[in-house]
Formats: sequence, C-alpha cells, structure tokens
Amino acid sequence: MTTSASAVPVPTGKRAGRNGPPRGAKIVKMFPLAPAIGLMLVFLAGPILYCIYAAFTNMALTGTGAANVQFVGLDNFRKAFGSSAFTNSIWLTLVFTLISAIIGQNTLGLGLALLMRWSNRIVRNFVGTAVIGAWVLPEVVAAYLLSAFFNDDGTLNVILHKVGLPGQDWLYAAPIIAVSLANIWRGTAFSMLVYSAALSEVPKEIEESAEMDGAVGYKRLLFVTLPMISRAILTNLMLITLQTLSVFGLIYAMTRGGPGTKSQTLPLYMYEQAFSFSQIGYGTAIALVMLLIGAVFSLIYLRGLNSEAA
Amino acid sequence: MIARDRVSKLTANLILAAIGVLFVLPLLWVLFASVNRTAGLRVELPTSPTFENFRAVLNTDTTYRPVLNGIVLCGGSALLTMICAVLAAYPLSRFKTKFNRPFLLTVLFCTGLPITAVMVPVYGLFVQLNLVDTLGGTIMFMATASLPFAIWLTKTFMDGVPISLEEAAWVDGAGSMQALYRIVLPLMWPGIAVVLIFTFIGMWGNFFVPFMLLLSPERLPASVSIFTFFGQYGEPNYGQLAAYSLIYTFPVLVLYLLLSKKLGGAFALGGAIKG
Repeated sequence: MTTSASAVPVPTGKRAGRNGPPRGAKIVKMFPLAPAIGLMLVFLAGPILYCIYAAFTNMALTGTGAANVQFVGLDNFRKAFGSSAFTNSIWLTLVFTLISAIIGQNTLGLGLALLMRWSNRIVRNFVGTAVIGAWVLPEVVAAYLLSAFFNDDGTLNVILHKVGLPGQDWLYAAPIIAVSLANIWRGTAFSMLVYSAALSEVPKEIEESAEMDGAVGYKRLLFVTLPMISRAILTNLMLITLQTLSVFGLIYAMTRGGPGTKSQTLPLYMYEQAFSFSQIGYGTAIALVMLLIGAVFSLIYLRGLNSEAA
Repeated sequence: MIARDRVSKLTANLILAAIGVLFVLPLLWVLFASVNRTAGLRVELPTSPTFENFRAVLNTDTTYRPVLNGIVLCGGSALLTMICAVLAAYPLSRFKTKFNRPFLLTVLFCTGLPITAVMVPVYGLFVQLNLVDTLGGTIMFMATASLPFAIWLTKTFMDGVPISLEEAAWVDGAGSMQALYRIVLPLMWPGIAVVLIFTFIGMWGNFFVPFMLLLSPERLPASVSIFTFFGQYGEPNYGQLAAYSLIYTFPVLVLYLLLSKKLGGAFALGGAIKG
C-alpha cells in the first residue's frame, strides 16, 4: 500500500505512457470496472442518496408517515439534538470508541507488536494465536463468550473472588465498560497485525545506531521507533475508529443497549428508532449523522495518506 | 549490557504470556460448557464430559440448514466480490488514466464509511425494490459492502506482478482479459486466496446485514439463527448454545489456519493495510 497510495502504476522502461495492449480505446480498456461500479452505484451510492432524502422526511412504517411521506425540513435533526436519548448515545459512542479503540486496541496492539520483537518464538506464537483467535470468532459468538465472562457467575468474578476483590454483574453495573473491554478483546488483533507489519520494516541498524548514541529504553521507542511508524499509527487509528463507530452485533448480543439505555451507542439507537419504533425518517437522519462522522474521519485518513506520500 | 538485555527479554515474555492468558480465559467457558450437559454461565470443569449437546443441535433446523444458508450466502457474496474486484483491479493496476486516482480515492473513502449507518436506508431501498427477504438481494448487498476493501487489496497484490510478462503477451496479440486470465491470475493466486478468505470470514461473522435483510427462518444463516437459542423458553440451554457456537465457528477457524499456514495470511494482510 505504501507505493499504491500514489495510485499510478510505476511505468516500466521506455514504454511509459503507452503500457497497454496496442489496440483499443481507453473506454474499452476500463470496461472491466463496470460490474464493480454498477454494484457500488446501486447498493452503496443509492442508499446514501436515499438516506439524504429520507432524513428530511417524516417517513415511517406505520402511522401518518407511512401513508403520505412529507418533507419536514430539519425537524428530524432538531428532534435528535433536542433529545436526551440521542445525546446519551453520542456520549456512549464517544466513550466506547475512546476506551475500546483509541486507548485499548491501539495501545495494546502496539504494545503486543513491540513486545513480540523481544520474545521467544513459543510465547510469540501462543499470544499471536490467542489474540487472532479472538478476532476470527464470529461477532455473535464472541458476544456470548464475553457475556458469560462478565456474568455474575462468570470467569472474571471467579478470579476476582480468588484474589479477594469484590465481584459484580458487570453487564448491569458497568455495561459500557464491559462492552468496551469486549471490543478490545475482539479487535486488538487488527492493530497488532498492522503494527507488526510496520515494525518489521523498521531497519534494525537505525535502532542500533540510536542505541549507540545513548538513546535507550523508552527514549529510543519515543524518538526513534515510533516516528518511523507514524504513518502506520495514523492509518490504524483511523481504521479502527471507523470500525468501532459501526459496531452493532457485539453490543446488541451482549446487552441490547441496556440495562435501560446505558450501553445504547449510536448504531443501536438508530436501529431502535428505525425498526422498533418504525420511524424510518428519524432513523435515517441519525444514519446521516453517523455517515457524516465516518466521512470526516475517512477524509482525514485520506489527507494523511496523501500528504505522507507527497 | 547483556544482562540488561536478558532481563528485558524475560520481562517481555512474561508480560506477553500474561496477556495471552487473558485472551484465552473467555474461551474456556465455551469449551467446557459445550461438553457439559448442565452448563450454566459459570465456568466449571464438566464432571462427566459428554457429546450430548452436539448431538442435540446437529439437526436440520438448528444446524445444517443455517450453516448451509451461510455457505450459500457468504460463499456467493465472496465470489461475487472477488470477480468484481479482480476485474476492477486489472485496469486500475495496468493502465494509466486520469480516472484511476479519483476512483481509487473514492474506493478508499468508501472503505471508511460505516456500513451499519447505511443499513436503515438500504432496508428502505430493499422495501421499494421488493428485495427484502431475498437471498439474491442480500448477496448483492453483502458483496458491494466488502467490494471497496477487496478492490483496494487486490490492486495492491496485482501491482506486485511485473507487467513485463504481459507486454510480451500483448505483442503476441493477446487481449487484456486473456492476459489477466492466463498470466496475471496464476501469478497472484496467493493474493486472491487471501482476499477471498478474508472476505468470507468477515461475512461469515456478519450479523447485522442478514439480520436486517432476511426475515424467513428458513433463509437465515448461522450468524442470525444463533439468536433462536434465546427464543420462546426464556433461559437458553447454554450447553447447546456453546456446542452450536463451536460448530458455527469451525469453518472460519479451518479457513484461517489454511490462510496462515499456506500464505502467511494475516501478516500479509497487515502489510497491505498499514499504509
């Protein structure tokens, strides 16, 4: 990806600029793109445009909004930002993303990747398998495992009791913490893989010469190693933030957003409004807010890739 | 210097091992509960291990049909994704046009969009197109959702195949599709396998999309039908739930092992993503 971010294939030899089959117009050459473009227009661009339209209507599955759909301007957004349930879900989404992605998965993944360079093969394989195993598990299965883990009778409390600490039903007492930890458990592998790959390209000589110059321990890490993988850090942070913003199945299967609305992040709130309460118009307005947040992060990520490549 | 090195190596190993144990702990429950006939949510070593839970769930309604549905749904979507991604990646990787860069940036931008957010409008669209509860519609949507990432990865892998071989073929009069089929694909099959298997694993675990777009119980894949364990009788049979979870997880574990043994898979993927 390092090279392909520039999107233009490197021309080879003298045929630069004319490195295609001799005959055929450009349109014909680009024709194989058609199936992909077709699918993305219908099933990705289509829903997004539909979303922009429906977000400004009172569309619903039942009641007046079902019979005749009307434009209601910014009503849905006014309703959202005035509603405590919506602001609650925004806060929970921020907490969830901060704890589970930016702090949890990112730091733990980086830590694992760094430690793995110092460890022996057996330990490395054991940890790698365990972490990736958690990642490969289907979402709902992971959710059940962790529900059992955090349950009143679950493994976590058994361990806490053994060392003399009080246990509690984590899914009731601190649901957003429990689902955040669950997401760390499930998602760390991704960051670990990205950082392992990035660190494997840091030349050993640079680190060694830095050590000769007296940069040891955390100093070497902070001033030599980390700056060299800054691009991977940026990429990883953006990608895991985007993934975490749209986590639905894990939370839904663990807590259904509850108890009450204590773990109802934005996707769960959207789902409840659109389907349990049949407010499609209002639900799509929330979806649009999520899309915009995602789009902003995505753009920052693209800018980062571009400026680094330039 | 050397002593210090050894201490820090030992510390690194100890910390790593501790983290590894933390990651294994939640897995113990599913392993123990699946062979325990009276399993609850508590982790306990089964006193008399039995395969009765597995026997109880291995029937058409509970396991065979949802797993088969999952294979049709995810296999179909992954294949469709792969075909479109390979076709799209070829001109992007081989021909230099003004169109490439904006297109790739759009693709990259799409990989960032939260698919969860698109689901409400997709449901609305499916209602209007009469596609709700159809396997074909769901396959096409799932394929599209993973397409941007697949195009990106496939193009990255395809860039690694030297263009000089094709130039020889072009001189001999081969068309570009022939060159793709006979020269490029055979040279990049490990990359294709990585993208295909990762797409499939992602879809196999996907709960939200089939949960929203499919309704009839006889069409639901394993990722959604697992919910029926919490159906009419209140407290589910945890032993059977655990056994079913293991059966449902088995295919992706096998695929993943294949990937990492034969292709250095996950690390290749990490390398492709890291930017």
